[in-house]
Formats: sequence, C-alpha cells, structure tokens
Amino acid sequence: MSEQRRIELPVLGGVSRRTALKGVGAALGVTAFAVAVSPLRRVAGELTADEYFQKHYKELDEREKEAVLARLQEAAREEAGRNDITVSDDPPIPGVKFAYAINLSVCNGNGACVEACHRENNHDRDTNQSYIRVLELPRGSLGLDGADSTYTHEVPAPDKFYMPVQCFQCDNPPCVKVCPVEATWKEDDGIVVVDYDWCIGCRYCEAACPYHARRFNWKAPRVPAEEVNPDQGYLSNRIRPAGVMEKCHFCLHRTRRGRLPACLEACPTGARIFGNLLDPDSEIRAVLRHKRVFVLKEDLGTEPSFFYFFDR
Amino acid sequence: MRVGNDRPTTPVPARGLAGYWRDYPRFLWRMLVLATDGSLAFYAWMTALTAVFLVGANAWANQVADGMIRTHMTDHVSWGLYIANFTFMVGLAAGGVMMVIPAYLYHDRRMHDIVIIGELLAIAAIVMCLLLVTVDLGRPDRFWHLLPFIGRFNFPISMLTWDVIVLNGYLLINLHICGYLLYTRYLGRRPSARWYVPVVMLSIVWAISIHTVTAFLYSGLGGRPLWNSALLAPRFLASAFVSGPVFIIATLLVLRRVGSTLPIHDSAIRTLVRIVRVTILINLLMLASEVFTELYAGGSHTASARYLFFGLDGHGALVPWFWTGVGLNVAAAVLFLIPRVAESAGSLVVACAMAFAGVWIEKGMGLIVPGFIPSTLHEIVEYQPSLTEWRVTAGIWAFGLMLFTISIKVAAPVLSGRLGASGQA
Repeated sequence: MSEQRRIELPVLGGVSRRTALKGVGAALGVTAFAVAVSPLRRVAGELTADEYFQKHYKELDEREKEAVLARLQEAAREEAGRNDITVSDDPPIPGVKFAYAINLSVCNGNGACVEACHRENNHDRDTNQSYIRVLELPRGSLGLDGADSTYTHEVPAPDKFYMPVQCFQCDNPPCVKVCPVEATWKEDDGIVVVDYDWCIGCRYCEAACPYHARRFNWKAPRVPAEEVNPDQGYLSNRIRPAGVMEKCHFCLHRTRRGRLPACLEACPTGARIFGNLLDPDSEIRAVLRHKRVFVLKEDLGTEPSFFYFFDR
Repeated sequence: MRVGNDRPTTPVPARGLAGYWRDYPRFLWRMLVLATDGSLAFYAWMTALTAVFLVGANAWANQVADGMIRTHMTDHVSWGLYIANFTFMVGLAAGGVMMVIPAYLYHDRRMHDIVIIGELLAIAAIVMCLLLVTVDLGRPDRFWHLLPFIGRFNFPISMLTWDVIVLNGYLLINLHICGYLLYTRYLGRRPSARWYVPVVMLSIVWAISIHTVTAFLYSGLGGRPLWNSALLAPRFLASAFVSGPVFIIATLLVLRRVGSTLPIHDSAIRTLVRIVRVTILINLLMLASEVFTELYAGGSHTASARYLFFGLDGHGALVPWFWTGVGLNVAAAVLFLIPRVAESAGSLVVACAMAFAGVWIEKGMGLIVPGFIPSTLHEIVEYQPSLTEWRVTAGIWAFGLMLFTISIKVAAPVLSGRLGASGQA
C-alpha cells in the first residue's frame, strides 16, 4: 500500500500522500456540506431559545402561559406594526358543549362563510385559505360523488345543492388518535384544537380526517397589516407558524365569550345554527328535536358535533 | 455458530475492561481507514454519491427555509414522494431477514458466511427511513417533541409512535449484531453465541413487526378506503420479501464482480432466487385479490382504486405508472420462473432490477398517492413530485448507498480474516 511511500511537505511532514489526500477530501466534503445546508441559517436565526424549548400547552402553568401569550402578542404587534393586537386564551365554559347545524334547504352556496372565515382567522392571503369548503353537489344523491368546491358561476345553479363542510369537532376524532405528539386534542366544550407551537407537521392527522377538515401551513401565512384581525386566541386564530397544522375551532376566541362564529354571522341565508348542546332551550337543541338531521359518513363512527338537515 | 470463513488469525487474549478501552478506539480507527481506502473506481463511486447527496441536502435546506410549499404536496395530496419512498424502504429493511432465516433457522452454512450483508442492508435502509420521515416534517426542528419521556409521546394510541419504536429498535438490533460480530472477528475471537444469537432471533420477529406496523399506519385510517384493507400488512410483507432478496442478489453479483473477499457461494444466491420465486407470486396473488375486490362490487369507496387502475373523470396521471409497475412485476415473476435466467449473472440482475422497480412503484407512489385521490370529499386534485422532492429523495438514496458501500467494504476483510487486531492490514 502507498502508505509506505512518504512524501515530505513543509506543512504535512511525515504524512503519507494518501492520508494527506484523504484529509483534503474530508475538508472539501465538510465545506461543501456546510455550503449546501447554509439556507438553514435563514430560519435558524429567527428562532429564540424561549420558542424552541416552549412546553406543551397542557404543561404550561399559569405564569408560564402568561409569559408565552405576552411574547406572542409582542411578536404579533411588532410584525404588523399595530398596538391593538391581543393574544388571549379563553378556557372552555363549564356546562357548554358546542354543536353546529346547517339547513341545506336554505344554503345557496354563496360562499360568504368561506370569506368570513378567511378574514376572521387570519388565513394566508396568497393561498386564499379557509377552514370552510362549500361543496356543490348534483341533486338526487347524498353521496359526495361529483363534489366541486371550486365553482365560480352564479348560485344557486339549477339541479345543484350546496353543502358547506368544515371541522365537525367529532366526539371520536381520528385526527386526535393518530397524532404522535398529542399536539391536537378535544377540549371540554367539544372543540378539537391544535397547539401550533407543538405540532411537528407530519400531517398524519390530515391523512386521517375523513372530512378534509385539516389544513397545513405550506408556507408562512401572509396577511397585510391592515387586514389582520387583532382579536386573536392562542388555540384559534393567531397567525400560525409555517409547517404546522391548523383547523376550524368554532371561532373559540369568540364563542367562548358568548359571541357567534364568524361564518354564522356572515351567512346571508340564515342556514347556520350554532349553540350549546347541553342547554335544553338552545336553538341547536330545537333543531335536533324537530328536524330530521344527519351527519356526514356516519358509518365511520366519528360522531360529529355538526349536523345537516333539509326542511323543505 | 460461526461467521465468516475459518481462516485462522492469532487470537488476541482477553485483557479485561482495560483492554477494550485500548482496543475499541483502535478498532474504530482501523475501520475508518479501511472505509476511506480503495480503488479509483471506489473513489469515483463515492464521489458521485457525495455529489448527489449534497444536491439533496441543499434542496432540503431550501425546503426548510421556504416552507413545504417547495414540494408539490397540497392539502388534498398531503403525502407524496417522501412517504412513498419511506414505505418502500421499510420493506427493504425488513427484506434482509430473508437471509437471516435460512442462515440461522435452517443453518445454511453458505448463507451464514454472508448473512451480514442482509443486516448491513437493514441498517442503511432504516437510516434512509428516518431521513425520509424527517424531510417530510413541516417542523423538523421540533423532532424532540417525538422523543419518549422528553416530548409527549402519544403511545400506544398513535401508530406513528409504534413506528418510531420499531424502526429505531430494529436499527439498534442490527447495529448490535453487526458491531459485535465485526469486533470479535477483528480481535480474532470466536463470537460467543449467547451475545448475539438471541438478538438475531429477536431481529427476525422484529423485521416482521416493522413492516406490519408501517402497514397499520395506513390501514388504520377509516376515511381512506384504498388503505383501509386487512390485506395491506400481508401485502407489504410479501412485497418486502421480493424487494429485499432481489436487492441482495444483485448486491452479491456486483460484489463478486468487483472481487470482494467475501465467500459468495452460488448456493446462497440459489436460495435467495428460490425465495423470490415464491414471494413474487404471493405478492401478485394479493395484488390480484385487491384489484378484484375493489372492482367487482364497485361503489364510491372504490374510487381511489379506479383512479389508480383506469383513471377517474379524465384524470389518470398514475395509470401508466401503475401499469408499468404491474408489468415489471409480472415480467420479473416470469423471468424468475425460467431456470436459465437464474443461471447467468447478467439476466439475473435484469430480473432483479425489474422486480425491484416494480415493487418500488407498487408500494411507493402507486399506494400512497391514490390514497388521497379523490380526496375524502371526493374532489380530484392530482400530484406529481416537484424537483425539490426528487432532489431530496435522490440525496437520501445516495446517502443510503454510501452507508451500504462503506459498511460492506469494512465488513468484508474483517469477516474473511484478512484484517484483525493481531494481523496485517
């Protein structure tokens, strides 16, 4: 082997040529690797130690949670250059379990709910994201074959009916089951939430959801400063980081304060009914009592808290 | 139990713990020297792989910086080329066990001499699996959330946590087996059966588990009818026992060609060919069974299968891809059944390559992508990988091949007794 043939270089005295070449090769390789992954520096600088080591939502004590909310609020204000932004964390109200119903006889597919969700929840403007998808379906079937949510023509179209779909806040949610890091869970008021600061972005929940209710942040959301909704919640509509999952949260930053979801307020047809399932006098209970309601894909056993009905 | 041939090396006497402190670093150093020494062809091969790996590393770094928007995945098709290759690689890792079973359960001497190739393949393939999952994460910086005891490990509810356990466990098992055998052979000792044979037996069961658990990742999803099939795990195993052995057969033929010192005997190759003859037919039978069940009854839950086989409402991006895979699998099955094919190295490598590519299509993109088309709300959005995805995936393949090449390069002289603590290099 050439290890015996020694060459004398001033710097590398007593090193075989092969070993010297190997050293050069290794140095070149390491340098090339460092250059190759250098784009990582663009994101590494933005991440602080506080953010990186932040605990899971459920493990934060009151003081820690307040520090996190203050930090997020400060960052959001700085980003948008607006001092009216607040990041809150309203807990579930005891004795409340939310449910939603949609009157499909009334819904005409105008899409106001989609737009309202987009604005209320600080969705990415570039991808026109929203938690609601309104399906246009051919009359004559309750199956979803032929569903289209990308229609642009005047509504309602003849021989079509419209079915808005968003997260059904299932009582047996497949998305929660599959999450490997418990970044998503069901709250006491029935709302399935995501801790955007804990999610690793594996998208297993997106594969598991039978209703296409989950969304992924394929890029950092962009919302013009003047359009940012300043009333933000930790588990709801604060501007999400890139690379994490998100989903409809029944506007919990509103509904936990007694307001209605943005999609309901925006609906011009009155098709949407929202309320507390545990209150016998609520409108949603009246719907369940008097209308023949159904849920989507009942056979999967997901037990949605979201009902549809026709009343004529 | 013995491994390697019986070329005597002067045994190094046991010197207790202190001896290991001196011998082990020296062993590692010798291995490093060995791994970086070779012919011009070796350097050319490694340089080419390094170049591809660097392209992949750069593409991944850009993906992390800009977001997953650099891929062509969408909220409709939310897993793509990465998870497709992950699924295939789990199979390749499990497939190595088809050398271990003849060697250790049937005491096939000739297989025993080279069984380490199957174990080294498992190591390289599992490392590739871990990389493929990592590049698919939207937030790879948060990987620590997935660590048991440190993060929040949703065990035993999430099948993904099971996969974390079985894949890393399989990696450790094979690292132990290979590391122990190489180190004892290096010292010139006879490996002590009780330190590794029970682990080998465990590795056989474990190999089955990694692919079963990976199949359960998909088959456990009620909302995805194409995957929600009890046949998925058996199918995964059958195709793994095609892709693993054919890759090893091709590796053995290449090693022989480049003059490896490993004792590669014809009978070992014949055993693997016999295994493939059976598994490739079982795999085709299961595929046919799925196709029949999906097509005969019909209904909207078979839409994904119809999309994959024939296209749906004018969308058919995967149709030629899928039938190419079926064609390759059927042609490879026929070739394997012709005795003459197995007799010549050239035709055997062709048959192996066809079977390998066929399984890669069938269990890769041919399984993952149609699971999302049509979407759960029956909308059709198609998917083709972006350049970033191809680059990252190619980079990981190059890395895996580097790992496999180096590990065989190091293992061969040690196992054939040409390199030992007391001997000459």
